[in-house]
Amino acid sequence: MSNICLHAEKIDKIYPGTKALDEVSFDVETGKVNVLIGENGAGKSTLMKIIAGIEQPSAGKMFMGSEEVRFKNTSEARACGIGIIHQELSLFPNLTVYQNMFMGNEKKIGLAVDNKTHIEKTVEILKRLEYPIDPHTIVGDLRVGQQQMIEIARNLIQDDLKILIMDEPTSSLSESEVEVLFKIMRELTAQGISIVYISHRLEEILRIGDNVTILRDGRWVAHAEVADIDVPWIVKNMVGSDKGYQKRERNIDWSKREVVLEAKDITLPKKGGGYLLDKVSFSLRKGEILGIYGLLGAGRTELFECIMGLRPEHTGDILLNGEKVDVKNISEQIDRGFALVPEDRQREGLVQTMSIKKNISLSSLKRYVKGLFVNQKLENEKVEEQIKDIHIKVANKELPILSLSGGNQQKVVIGKGILTEPKILLLDEPSRGIDIGAKTEVFDIINQYAERGLSLLVISSELKEIVAIADRVIVLSNGKKTGEFTEDEITEDSLVIASYKGHHTGKSDTESEGESKDE
Amino acid sequence: MNKVKKLDKTSIGLTLLKGRTFIVLIILMIFFSCAAPAFLQVSTMLLIAKHVALYGILAVGMTYVIITGGIDLSVGSVVGLAGMIAGGLLQEGLVTPFGYTLYFCVPLVLLIAVILGALIGWLNGVIITKCNVAPFIATLGMMYVARGFSNLRSNGATYPNLRGNEALGNTGFDLLGTSVLGIPVGVIIFFVVALLASMLLKKTAFGWHVFSIGGNEKASKLSGIKVNRDKIFVYMFSGACAAIVGLINTSQLVAAHPASGESWEMNAIAAAVLGGTSMAGGIGTIGGTIVGAFVIGVINDGMVMCGVSEFWQMVIKGVVIVVAVIIDQFQRNLEAKMALQARNSSK
Repeated sequence: MSNICLHAEKIDKIYPGTKALDEVSFDVETGKVNVLIGENGAGKSTLMKIIAGIEQPSAGKMFMGSEEVRFKNTSEARACGIGIIHQELSLFPNLTVYQNMFMGNEKKIGLAVDNKTHIEKTVEILKRLEYPIDPHTIVGDLRVGQQQMIEIARNLIQDDLKILIMDEPTSSLSESEVEVLFKIMRELTAQGISIVYISHRLEEILRIGDNVTILRDGRWVAHAEVADIDVPWIVKNMVGSDKGYQKRERNIDWSKREVVLEAKDITLPKKGGGYLLDKVSFSLRKGEILGIYGLLGAGRTELFECIMGLRPEHTGDILLNGEKVDVKNISEQIDRGFALVPEDRQREGLVQTMSIKKNISLSSLKRYVKGLFVNQKLENEKVEEQIKDIHIKVANKELPILSLSGGNQQKVVIGKGILTEPKILLLDEPSRGIDIGAKTEVFDIINQYAERGLSLLVISSELKEIVAIADRVIVLSNGKKTGEFTEDEITEDSLVIASYKGHHTGKSDTESEGESKDE
Repeated sequence: MNKVKKLDKTSIGLTLLKGRTFIVLIILMIFFSCAAPAFLQVSTMLLIAKHVALYGILAVGMTYVIITGGIDLSVGSVVGLAGMIAGGLLQEGLVTPFGYTLYFCVPLVLLIAVILGALIGWLNGVIITKCNVAPFIATLGMMYVARGFSNLRSNGATYPNLRGNEALGNTGFDLLGTSVLGIPVGVIIFFVVALLASMLLKKTAFGWHVFSIGGNEKASKLSGIKVNRDKIFVYMFSGACAAIVGLINTSQLVAAHPASGESWEMNAIAAAVLGGTSMAGGIGTIGGTIVGAFVIGVINDGMVMCGVSEFWQMVIKGVVIVVAVIIDQFQRNLEAKMALQARNSSK
C-alpha cells in the first residue's frame, strides 16, 4: 500500500438536480501516470476538482499516506503538494508570463514582490520545458497552445509537488508540443511525482499511461494496468451496454430535395495571421440534418458566427435558396429565417433575470406587436404552443428561468429559436451539460423538426451523438474542411481521422508561426 | 403539509419585502405627521409633490438607463443647460449672423430645449455603444461638458424674470410653474411622463428588449435584438427627461441659473435604487421608482419641517439608500433560493 500517494474513498458529489459522483473510489499511485477516462459528464473533472480542493465532496474521505485530508480550497491542496492543470485555461490574460507563473505564490522581499527571482525561475522552468518564451510577454498575446504550456509550467514551480493533475492538457497542443509534454511527464514521474491524466485521445493514453480508471455516469466502472488492456477494452467500458441514441433510418433521396443554404469559400482571417476558417464550402438541403464535427478550435463556432452575421469581416458567399445574401448583422439573418442556439447556455442563451415565457418569446416579440403594444394574448398562445411542442416541463411559465433544470433551460433556448419560424436552425453543442434523458429529448426535437422540413446545422463534439443524428457530416480541422461523409460513411473512426487531418498538414505552419512570435 | 405551510410563509414574507418601499413611505408619513402637525396638510403634500416631480422625472429616465445596465451622470447638468438655453432664447433670442435677432414663441423654445436634451443623450449613447466607453465615464464627461456650456451661455450669470415680452410674442413660459385646479403643472407632467414610460416599458417590445439587454446583453444580441439602437434610444429618453425637468425648474423660478440641477443625478439614482431597480441591470419598475422618489421627498421635506439640520439630513438619506440596497440583496437571495427549490422539487 505504500505506493499509494493519495486514496479517495467513496466520494459523492451532489449538485442541485444531479449526482455527479456516486461512491467513487480512486487511488493515485506514486510516480505513475494514472489515467482517468470516461465520456463527457462521466464525472472525471468533478473528481479532480475535489482532489485539488476546488470543490468539496458531499460525502466520502480522502487519505494521503495514513492521514485523512480535507481541502477547503486550492491553497490547502497546494500545501499538500497537489497541483492542477485545468481543462479550461485559468490564466490571467492581462498579466505577463512571469506574473501568471507566480500568481498566489509570490516570492517576497519584505513587503515587495521579488520579481527578479520570479523572472529567473520562469526562464529556468521554460527552458526545462524546451519552450523559451519571454517572461515579460502578456499571456493574452500567446497562442492557446503556448498558454497551455504556461499553465503546465506554473505547476512545476512548486518544489514539493507530489501530485499533478492534468485535465485534457493536450486538447489545444500541436503534435510537437505533445511530445515535449510527454517527455516532461516522464521526467516528473522519474522524480517520484504522481500524475493524474485525463484525456479523450485513447492512443495517447496507451502510450503514456501506467494504469487506467474508467468512470461512467458518475460511477467507478473499471481499473486496469495499461499493459493488460487495449483500445477495444477501454471503449467497451466507457460506453457500457448503453447504446446511446439510436440511429434512425430516413431513406430519403437527398438529390431530389432542394438546396436551402449554400456556403462557398467561407474564409475568416485570424488575428495575427493565419485563418480561423479557410475556404469552407458546404450545402444544406431542406429537412436535412448536417452535422459539423471537429476538435476544439477547429473553427466550428466561427462558421456559425459567419452565417449569423456576427463576423462581418468574413469573405465568401452565402446563398439562401440560390440567392446571394449580404450578411451584415444577426437581426437581419434572423428575419431571413436563420436561428442560432448558442454553445454557452448561461452566457449567450438565457436572460437570467426574466421569466420562462419572456425567454422563449424574446426573439419573436416584434412579431406579436399590434399597433404600439405587444399582444399579450397572442404571445401567451405562441409560447404555450412551443412549450407543449417541445415538451418543456414547466409548472408556470411566469416563473424565473433559473427554476428550470439544465435540460429544460436548453429546451427554452431551442424553443426561442424555433419560435422565430426559421428555415435553418443552427445548434452549437445542443447537448452540452445536460443529463442523458434530456439529451435524448433534445435529439427527438431535432429529428421531429427535420421531418417537418426544417434544415438543421448541428455542431457536436460527441462522436456517438453526431453519428446517430446527422444525415451528413462535414469535418473541420484547423479551419479547413477535411472531410464530408454521408450515410454509411459516417463512422466514429472516419470522423476522428478527418478531424486530425488539418493538424498534420498545418503542423509546420503553426510551428514556424510560434517561433517567429518568440523572437 | 408542513412544507406547504412553510412555503406560504416565505411567500407572504416575499410580498411584504417587495412592497417594502411603499411600507416605508407610509411609516415615514405617519412618523412625520406625529412629529410635525403641519405635515399632513394638503398644501404640504402638494409642496412635497412639486419637489418630488423634479427629480422624479429624472429618475424615470434613469430607471430605463439603469435597467439596461448603464448609468447617466449627465442628467443634472442637462437640467441646468436646458434651463439656460430656454432662458437665453426667451431673453436674448437667437442672434443670427445676418444682423437680426430671432425670438421664438414659447412652445418652440420648449421643443428646442427637449430636442437638445435628447441630442445630448444620443451623443452619450453613441459614445457608449459605438466607441465602447463605459457608461459611467461617458456620462461623467458629458456631465462636465454640459455644465460648462450651461455656464458659458451667460458667462455664469442668471437670466432673471423670464415672463417674456408681449411685443415679442413669447409670454407664458411661467405657466409650467403654475398650478391647474390646485395641482402644480410639474406634478401633472411627472405623472404623464411616468405613465407613458411605464406603459412603454411593460407593454411594448422595446420595453422588454430594455430588460433583456440589462439581463444578458450577449444573449439579447444573439436573439436578434438591436442592442445598440435600443441603448442609444434609452439615453436619448433620459436626456429628454432631464431637459423637461430643466424647463419646469426654470419656469417655477421664472429664472434660469447655470448651476441648477447640480447633483440631482444622485437623487435620481437614489430614487430608482430605492424603488427596487437593480444596478446590475435587468430589473426595475417605474412604479417602484415613483415610490422611491416620494420616500426621498418625504424624508427631505419632513426633516426640514421637524427642524433637523441639513447635515443630519444627508447622513439619514445616505443610510436609507444603503439599507434599501442591502434589503434588496436579501430579497434577491430569497428569490434565488425559491427558484432553486422549485427546480429541485420538480425533479
